Amino acid sequence: MSLADDLIMLVRGDAQSDRVVPPSGFTARLTVFAAAAMGFLAVFTLALSVAAGRLADNWGSELARTSTVRITAPADQMPALQAEVAAILESTAGVDSVRTLSTADQQALLTPWFGSGLDLSALPLPGLVEITQATQGFDAQGLRLRLEAEVPGAALDDHSQWRAPLVAAAERLRSVGWISVLLLGLTSAAMVTLAANASLAANAQVIRVLRLVGATDSYIAQAFVRRFTLRVLLGAFAGAALGMVVLRMMPAATDMAGFLSGIGFEGAGWLLPAVIPPLMAAVAFVATRIAAHRALKELA
Amino acid sequence: MIKLDNVAYSYGGGALLSDITMSFAPGSFHFLTGPSGAGKTTFMKLCYGALLPTTGQVSAFGEDMAGLERDGVALMRRRVGVVHQDCQFLDHLSLSENILLPLRAAGRQTSEAEDDLRELMAWVDLTHRADALPPELSGGERQRAALARAVIMSPDVVLADEPTGNVDWEMSQRLLRLLTELNRMGKTVLVATHDLSLIRAAKAQVQARVLRIANGRVQQAGADL
Repeated sequence: MSLADDLIMLVRGDAQSDRVVPPSGFTARLTVFAAAAMGFLAVFTLALSVAAGRLADNWGSELARTSTVRITAPADQMPALQAEVAAILESTAGVDSVRTLSTADQQALLTPWFGSGLDLSALPLPGLVEITQATQGFDAQGLRLRLEAEVPGAALDDHSQWRAPLVAAAERLRSVGWISVLLLGLTSAAMVTLAANASLAANAQVIRVLRLVGATDSYIAQAFVRRFTLRVLLGAFAGAALGMVVLRMMPAATDMAGFLSGIGFEGAGWLLPAVIPPLMAAVAFVATRIAAHRALKELA
Repeated sequence: MIKLDNVAYSYGGGALLSDITMSFAPGSFHFLTGPSGAGKTTFMKLCYGALLPTTGQVSAFGEDMAGLERDGVALMRRRVGVVHQDCQFLDHLSLSENILLPLRAAGRQTSEAEDDLRELMAWVDLTHRADALPPELSGGERQRAALARAVIMSPDVVLADEPTGNVDWEMSQRLLRLLTELNRMGKTVLVATHDLSLIRAAKAQVQARVLRIANGRVQQAGADL
């Protein structure tokens, strides 16, 4: 019987044939539990991976579009220098918009760290001019040289120094997430293989009787394959559902909480965990089928 | 039907059976006798492909058993009903489910099969035990149920290994009557037994060839039986 025939039999089902293998309560419960745990962990790993990917995309796209010019000068010269920098920037190709940060803007930026009662006049803060790039971007090196030449104390920070490692870290976290999902899949396959082998060994006498009455290997294997596939499907469904409920109960993403509160799915992304139970069942189907046919060959 | 050509079977370094050449014609009845450990069960297993000969060839329905894949052996067994020495049931299934097992494994469980089952259960006088589990049955009931399971696929050959080993004289006569009835229906029957009184009793009912295993060889038994 081919793989396709086995799949059809799995979907169609045969309650009588399922019964040829005696029920094994403890093994069944352990398999369902292990599949549920794997399903639960897979949802979280998937959520982590998706969140890391989202973060990498955000940092990569948003920060890449903005740069800052920092001006170090005495306070009385600052407004004039800021205006001079803004004029240079507005005449630079590839700059979409320019915004000079006011004292109030700087106060807002520092409030999370120093509180709202901060007196900025007591701090030697640099003047800041924010640049938003046009799609084609600007020549950062050329602009840097021009600013150094025309406005002493002005330095261009295009965020590349600290953006690159952050994006790389988020990308790596996303990769680790996907590798973890893959490992969970392989662990599920190993778990099902072990359980199926134990069940096949425990039912050697049943297999002998079935062979005596003319049962083919496919018929015998089907009874085990269907049983383990359905157990894993049930367990993975329960685990994945619980994982999604727990994810929904996590605090909503905020700028303050950052990455930790952003773990979860967005919009149609919530459909992604629904793939986990059928995927785990498919892994169980293949793993049990291989284990059963190998065991039946050894028992022949 | 089943043919053995210069067959030998060795186990643990020693030759258990050797130089066996014979065939079982359609509709014939055979007894295979010999002392315990002589190799009767091994001979039966060679006949239904549970063992392959060390040398020589066993063929069933024209096909060399050694050349059959595992599924090929399974298909062959649907034409050979086996009554095993210890019956071999699935203890978690009811008696009727056990008897239907060959049909189920062959994917032939239809409404007609249910009629066949009722007929068979009546034939072996186990209708009232249809829902019982095998461990709840007596030795005679188990043997009759095993016979019913062996013939539900309407096989060409019935092999019975010590079918009367665990039953009293009355029950062994009852089983013998069932086996001779099968033979009258055209089935080839081979019964392995160490019970010579059963063979003597059968002579009145059926024309049987008696084979004896001695010193690893199978010979036609003499008139002394």
